[in-house]
Formats: sequence, structure tokens, C-alpha cells
Amino acid sequence: MVVQTDVLAPERPVEQDIFRVANNDWRPQPPLEGPLADQWAHRKDEYKLVAPNNRRKRTIIVVGTGLAGSSVAASLGELGYNVLSFCIQDSPRRAHSIAAQGGINAAKNYPNDGDSVWRLFYDTIKGGDYRSRESNTYRLAQLSVNIIDQAVAQGVPFEREYGGLLTNRSFGGAQVSRTFYARGQTGQQLLLGAYQSMMRQVDAGTVTTFPRREMLDLITIDGRARGIVVRHLITGAIERYAADVVVLATGGYGNVFYLSTNAVNSNASAAWRAHKRGAFFANPAYTQIHPTCIPVTGDHQSKLTLMSESLRNNGRIWVPKQAGDRRPPNQIPPEDRDYYLERKYPSFGNLVPRDVASRNAKQVCDEGRGVGESGLAVYLDFHDAIQRRGKEYIRSEYGNLFEMYERITGEDAYETPMRIFPAIHYTMGGLWVDYDLQSTIPGLFVLGEANFSDHGANRLGASALMQALADGYFIAPYTIANYIANASPEPVSTEHPAFDEAAEAVQARIHALLAVNGHRTPRDFHRELGHLLWDEVGMSRNEAGLRRALACIPQLREEFWHDVIVPGTPDNKNYNLEYAGRVADYLEFAELMTIDALHRTESCGCHFREESQTPDGEALRIDDEFSYVGAWQFAGVGKQPLLYKEQLEFAFVHPSQRSYK
Amino acid sequence: MKLTLLIWRQQGPDTPGQMVEYEVDDISPDMSFLEMLDVLNEQLILSGEDPIAFDSDCREGICGMCGLVINGRPHGPNSFTATCQLHMRFFNDGDTITIEPWRARAFPIIKDLTVDRSAFDRIIAAGGYVSSNVGAAPDANAVLVPRQSADSAMDSAACIGCGACVATCKNASAVLFVGAKITQLANLPQGDPERSRRAVRMVAQMDLEGFGSCSNEGECQAVCPKGINLSNIATLRREYNRGVRSGAK
Repeated sequence: MVVQTDVLAPERPVEQDIFRVANNDWRPQPPLEGPLADQWAHRKDEYKLVAPNNRRKRTIIVVGTGLAGSSVAASLGELGYNVLSFCIQDSPRRAHSIAAQGGINAAKNYPNDGDSVWRLFYDTIKGGDYRSRESNTYRLAQLSVNIIDQAVAQGVPFEREYGGLLTNRSFGGAQVSRTFYARGQTGQQLLLGAYQSMMRQVDAGTVTTFPRREMLDLITIDGRARGIVVRHLITGAIERYAADVVVLATGGYGNVFYLSTNAVNSNASAAWRAHKRGAFFANPAYTQIHPTCIPVTGDHQSKLTLMSESLRNNGRIWVPKQAGDRRPPNQIPPEDRDYYLERKYPSFGNLVPRDVASRNAKQVCDEGRGVGESGLAVYLDFHDAIQRRGKEYIRSEYGNLFEMYERITGEDAYETPMRIFPAIHYTMGGLWVDYDLQSTIPGLFVLGEANFSDHGANRLGASALMQALADGYFIAPYTIANYIANASPEPVSTEHPAFDEAAEAVQARIHALLAVNGHRTPRDFHRELGHLLWDEVGMSRNEAGLRRALACIPQLREEFWHDVIVPGTPDNKNYNLEYAGRVADYLEFAELMTIDALHRTESCGCHFREESQTPDGEALRIDDEFSYVGAWQFAGVGKQPLLYKEQLEFAFVHPSQRSYK
Repeated sequence: MKLTLLIWRQQGPDTPGQMVEYEVDDISPDMSFLEMLDVLNEQLILSGEDPIAFDSDCREGICGMCGLVINGRPHGPNSFTATCQLHMRFFNDGDTITIEPWRARAFPIIKDLTVDRSAFDRIIAAGGYVSSNVGAAPDANAVLVPRQSADSAMDSAACIGCGACVATCKNASAVLFVGAKITQLANLPQGDPERSRRAVRMVAQMDLEGFGSCSNEGECQAVCPKGINLSNIATLRREYNRGVRSGAK
């Protein structure tokens, strides 16, 4: 595809041209009163309750069965609500929370090293580069301690000391040890704990599971969320479910980049369809890129695998000094190597933060100095560490990681340097929610990675699991009850015209996808979109590139609807039909993500705008102009979205510029 | 690499299936096995044929959704490796590879290489949990758990629920899967109060689903991508005995 980029004048003002500001000082909820530490307790005391005998008369749909979805379904089931739980996998236990490795933070202060709720709150809000709400973030830190209690009670086998007490490790730059873990499978164990609790409620008759269902539309009646339309992924049947409340816990949108560390079925469709029904989408440009992943080996690659960032403690990162130097790494003498992180950041060296390490790797590869077959990798070399501390030490520290690396690449990293490259792995942006985790559509609640709430512009390690479980076990059960008690929704039938309209639209779209009968596969389009976003809306963004992406995306979308090929029929298992629908949504969502990145001309957290950097190349935040949550309202495909700026107020902490010096 | 693939095709649960031969070319040794199938499916789509249905999700060996019988062995030739982690460098140019679904009465075929493993969910629902409502948990350090118990529990808890143990067993027995969950929770004080009821109910559900009995051949451990040990089956038997004798239902 050829795009005429020269017709784009970069100096044109972004506003009016690309989007419209609907409200510069949007105040969707009254500010919470009192000291931070008391706000959640006060709010809970204000909530209305639903009596036990009335709960079973209330139906709650939960879409997604990761940590947030399983935990909220279990909790609501225990309370006695009638819960319908949906997932796209063959079993709720497969949701991608299961792949989280490192651990989960909690301000337990068991090691007596000075941790507290305040410190966890402060680390989280600072790590997010002051782009999240104080009240939400503080509540997250408060609830962290309850999560560990709950997980242990479920039989989650956390690592322990010989005396039988729980053990902790340090993680991602924190000065305290507050991370609980179950080997390298913390996500798996926490998810199985939540899943088992949910299955206990299945046995008790409060929760019904609907696996292999994909949510394709949200039903709103009189402005409230009242149900969903799903496709049964085996029979192809379009099914309708009505409820008093709909909860989305459908994860992040990292797969819009095609390659990410997400599972291959993780997607943005449920969130995007809700957005099209009126739910605002907040901060879509905030996407996190992890610096130490196993690099891409070719166009066939379907996903990327993360390697623990702890490897940077002992490995040295380098590339050849000369572009195009194709010698094997062991034949490149030290004087021809560029240890670029050690050179540019002498005080932090190889241990610079994630975003800095990632951006620099991209930069050296852009200069043609990348290594490996694709040229999209840098070396992570353990030679010096092995010389200094011995192979056995390295094996004891990283043995499982070296094995995993060898399984995937076929290379022995004790003998030849690892090749690593950054990859998309978490999205901080998501559907906008208030303090109650309710979206702009009453009755639609959004939990876990699918919402935007607590991580600001950058998430700290070991806090994704914490947020998903805080939302599901401890927040949503209270806020949903309050909503039901206040709104007291009347029963609706799945024969309501709103269901008819949505089900017909879903059918029409499926038939449209099957009818194109073109020449390119959904994967081919997805790959092209991913390459474009990675180049222009990835680790390092500038106005010209973002405008290029904005010119390309609608063209690619147009081409998709004229040239995609989806064989088979709608009435049985048809993976490419599912996939094509997700790619069609990515082609719409990508535009909003790019607009958000273009409008935010500051750098903050993971969003690095080349125009906004300090003289020595560090990210430069502009608080006067951008200290807000950017919440977007849908205006139509290809139409200018409307921006609502929810101003962030900092009454308890003082935003400072992050520094690594 | 150029490969010949013999793949089980079956349109639906009630239609007969057959092995169908496909050729793939230009397969890179760096591809994963599932990426090789992705390449084949892209070819099939472009030629207007129905692509091969198979399940996968995380593609890093932890979600348990993938699972193919490759050359007669669940998850293929490598130990401790789920299908999604198997790479093509372990095959040779010119090889013929047979690819079949999990075969067990309790895992009915849905389409091609996709099977229905919901029986595992129903077994967990029968008792594979600790009854601990949210909000009622004591402080996490209130109950001491010996490190050895926690480690043993984790060894069992590592099961990914893929079903390879069933697929390889000539009796299609699920005792390794069920034993792993019973053992994990029996090793922990939190799981102790319900251990008898749990074992009896999970085993009863397992039988109801149509899984066979165990005849101690150990193939399940040999193909388990997480190396779940046969001792979990011994624990299952001990716990079941104890449960039955205690009169648990």
C-alpha cells in the first residue's frame, strides 16, 4: 500500500482536524471527602445493600474469566446473586492471567523493612507518572493485603520460609520486599484459586458458566446496560442474555500490535463494542512495552514470550558498533561492541527502567545495528558474569529461564549471548470507569486490565494481578450491590427490540465478513496493522509518524472490507470468522489509540513523544497541560471522537519529574 | 523444510473423520509447531478450503488449551513440552508427521483437532476447591505451612489441565489430573477440613464422566508437560480410601 505522506502538513493543529474537545473540565463524580485512608471505608458505608433474599432475583453477567472475571463471579455467587460467566476459551481456567510469572504486591510489611499502604500507594502513583487518581490508587494499596489473605485461604501455594511463614522478594525498583510469589507461576496459581472458587459456586448453583462464547454486542435499554449478545463458537448460534448488571473483565488490547506477549485469543472486541454503545475509552495510548522478550524470528511468528527482567542484573546489553556487522557475537572483539546502555546511562547502566531500555533497543536497531537474522534484537551477554561468578551461580539464578530460551531458540545462552527485543505486554488504557468501577453506561462495570483506572501511564511490576483481584474480590461486589439497590432495574426480556436490533446487526456483520471473499487472510491484515502500529505508535512516537499511521489505518480498514477472505460457514467452529471480527475491531480501535497518542504532546510513563524530552533525552511530562485522564466518546467509525478531560487533582502527593540519575 | 502432514479431519462430533494428507514447504526450524499449522491454514484459506480447527491460546505452555497427538504421542516427541512450545527444529526435512486429536470417550471431538474437555471443569466443581468465602480469610500468616508442604502442593498445583494424561492412557483415565488437585489441597492445612468429601466427590464425578480406571503404567507422567508425578495417583487412592471409610459423600 502506498500512502502519500507529503500531503500531510505536520504543523496543522491537531484539534479540530483529528478530534474535538467536548469538555475541558469534566467532573463525572463528586470528589471523595476526607483523608485518603478513610475514603474507601466512608464510601462503603454510604453504599446501599441488597438483602440476601433479593440477591438471587438479580442476574449479573460477567464477561471474561481471568483474575478479575473469575474473582468477581465467585464473590457475587457467594453473596447469592445469579451470575452468568462467559469466556472465549474452552474452560474458564485458561484466561491469560494464567501466564503472569513474577508475583503479586501487597503492603503486608512481613519483612519489617518499612513497607506500608502509603508506600505502595506512593510507588504506584509515581511509577504511573502521576496520571492516575489518588483515591483509586490508595484503595488498591489498602486492599492488597486482603488479597493475600484470600489467596492463602483458597490454598494458593505461595513460597514459604522453613518456619512456615510466607516469603517475599523485591521487584521492579521498589526499595522494599513486598512481592508474594508461587515459583514463576504466580498468575497461574492465583487464577486457579479464583477459578476453583467460581467452580464451587457453579456447584452451589449460583454461577453458570458459558465457555466458548464471544461477546459481540452490549445491550443498552433506557441508557442502562441490560445484556449481551454472544456467538457460540462451536455452533455459531447467536445467543442473547439479559441481566441487571453487565461486568466486562475482558483484558487488554495489546494484540492490536499483532505481536505481543498476550495469548493469541486475547482481543479488544468486547471493550470496543461497549465503547461503540457509549462507554468512554480512556488513555488508549498508554501501552507498556517490556524490554526483555525473545525476539521475532520471522513473519510466521504468532506471539512473543517474555523473559524475566531480572536477567538484566547480570547480563550486559550490547550491539556491534558498525551497522551491518554480521559476524557471530563471539568473533566481535570488545572494541567493536557498543554497550550502549552503559555508555549512555553510566549510573544505571543495564538497569535503566523498562521504558528507557526498550526505547534504546529500538533506536540501535533502527540504526541498522540490530543482531540476529531479522536485525531486530540486541545481545544480552552473560559472558562476563560467568567469568566473574561461575556458570553454576548463573545456573542457580536463571536456570529455568536459560532452559526456556533454549527451548524456543535452540541456543545455549551460557555459550552465546541471548538475543532479546522489547514487546508489547500490558495496556494501561481501557474503558473509563469511576471510583465504583462503573463505566459511563450505568450498569456496565469494567474490571482488571480492561479498565484504565489504577496504573496511570505506566504499570509497575507485580501490580496487574493485585489490581485485577482487588477489583473482583473486594470492590465490585460492593459497588454493584449499590447500583442495583439504587437503580432497581425492572426485568427485561431478550425479546426486547434492543436485543433484536443488536442480534440482527451481529448477524449482518458476520455475513458481511463471509461475503467479501477477497484475497487476503485476516492474519495478513492483522500483521500489516501491527507492523504499522509498532513503527509509528510504539515505543517512541512523533507527530509525523502518528499522522502517517492515521492516514494508513482507514485505508487498511477499507481494504480489509474489500479484500478479506473468510472461508467456511457461520454455523460451526470457524476460527477465521472469529479472528476476522477481531481484526475488524482492531482496525477501528487503532485509530482511536493513534489519535490519543497524537493529542497528548507530552511524554509520560510509557508514552514517549519525541517532541517532549529533556535536553539529555529523558521523557518530559507537561503537567500544566496534560494532567488529566483523556476519556474518549465514540462518534462513528472514521469520525472525529470527542475528548472529555477528567482533570487529575493531587491533594496528597506532589507530582515530580521521574529521574534515573 | 518440506513436510508431509497427515491430519485428522472431522467436520463435527457426529460425522465420520479421516486422515488427510497435506504438504507444507518453506517451514523454518524456528517456527513453533502451531505456527507451522498457522502457515498451512493460511494456505488453505487462500485456496478457499476450510482451515484445520485446533485450540490454542497462551502459546507459552501454561494455559493448557493446546494439545495434539503428534506422531502418536500427546504434545509430541519432547518431554516437559506442551504442543505450543514444540519447535520445528526437532523435525527433519522430508518428514511425514501425523497429527491427531486427544482421543477419549470423555473428550468428545468437536471438530478436527478440537475436543471438549469440559469434564475437567465439572470434576473441579465437584470438590476441587477450598470453601473459603471472600472476606472471611484470616491473616495470611496466621496459619503456618511447612515449606515442604507448600513445595509439594506447588508441584501438584503446576498441572495445566491440558488432558495429555488422559489422551495417552489406554484406559483414558483422568487420575493424574484429579490426583494432582486432591494432592495439592491435601498437602495444605487450608484444604484439610474438606479432604475426605473432596476426594470422594471428585472421584465420583470422574467416573460419571466416563474416564477409565488406572492400571499403573505411568504413561501419563511420561507425557505430562509439567512432569506431574505418579505419586499424585497414590495420594488420590489414599485420600479416596480415607474418604470412603469416613463415610464422606
